[in-house]
Amino acid sequence: MSPMPTSDTPRGAASAAFLAGARTAATSVFVVVITVTYVGFGALAHDFGFSVGWAMLSTLLLWAGPAQVILVTALGSGTTLIELAVAVGLSSVRLLPMVVALLPLVRPARSRFWQLVVPTHFIAVSVWVEAMRLAPGLPRDDRIAFCNGIGVTLIGAGTLATAAGFYLSAALPLLFGAAAMFVTPLSFLVSTARNSRLLLEKAALGLGLVIGPVFAFYKVELDLLWTGIVGGSIAYAVHRVRAAMA
Amino acid sequence: MTNFILEPYLALLLLGFLPSEMWRWLGIVVGGGLDEGSEIILWVRAVATALVAGVIARIVLIPPGALASVPLTVRLAAIACGFLAFLAIRRSAFAGVLVGEAVLVAGALAFG
Repeated sequence: MSPMPTSDTPRGAASAAFLAGARTAATSVFVVVITVTYVGFGALAHDFGFSVGWAMLSTLLLWAGPAQVILVTALGSGTTLIELAVAVGLSSVRLLPMVVALLPLVRPARSRFWQLVVPTHFIAVSVWVEAMRLAPGLPRDDRIAFCNGIGVTLIGAGTLATAAGFYLSAALPLLFGAAAMFVTPLSFLVSTARNSRLLLEKAALGLGLVIGPVFAFYKVELDLLWTGIVGGSIAYAVHRVRAAMA
Repeated sequence: MTNFILEPYLALLLLGFLPSEMWRWLGIVVGGGLDEGSEIILWVRAVATALVAGVIARIVLIPPGALASVPLTVRLAAIACGFLAFLAIRRSAFAGVLVGEAVLVAGALAFG
């Protein structure tokens, strides 16, 4: 291995930082989580009748697990277009605070909107956690390249895993397809529970699990959307009441 | 997909990419002007969490394709065991997924 290039060669330093990010991602726990999750997504897309190219492109373009699962589930079962767009939008709102929290740490001085479009596209829970943890320890000029290295590696792993899940679901016994698909609700449930630090989020998770089936059973129109709004608002109200009593 | 009027790739762009990606763009525009603990962000987080919970419940109770071949009781037992394993084993997501999958496969083989 050659020594790290010195920082007076900007291009060399940037590519070294990119490779450091790629190495970080490839050895993190998230590469396993991403692979397993997207094998499940690939199997799901296969069973809803989408093509492998569509499934891979959705991983590249959306790079947001819940939004992709909502898209496939709802498109496949003929939900109205407006409900679908709003449900996808709501499920990805969490990206906004993540971008807002990370950008001040990694953006170069005097950066323009278009320079940040690609780096922020990589932001998902996994990339965000690693970038927030490690980027502050690097020289500011290297941070974006480092984040890009993490992002490209994980989004690449996710896209390949999508294809793998798609073909495995088509080729292997029915039980494999069922098991691969079951990864999605399992990993969503435990990772949402793990990220729920506030009572507000725990309550919203529990309420959504109960209200969702009730609305679906009574065939409420826009049931996913109402599950989010009703469950989330009750949880928020509980949080406000507790805050007022404290 | 028979009752769907948009071409799948157009749907991917308009109903998937745009509604999701706009939050990343908005994040660049908003920059440091938004407090992560602000009331509106808290409400939005609660709504998004409940919505994801609704998606979880829907996949377990009204599953697509291959998963529908596994009996409902096995699916419910598997998701419950996965969650309990997650709580019991140091809140490890990996342990939760592993145990849930093991229960699903064992249950499907025994009762499927």
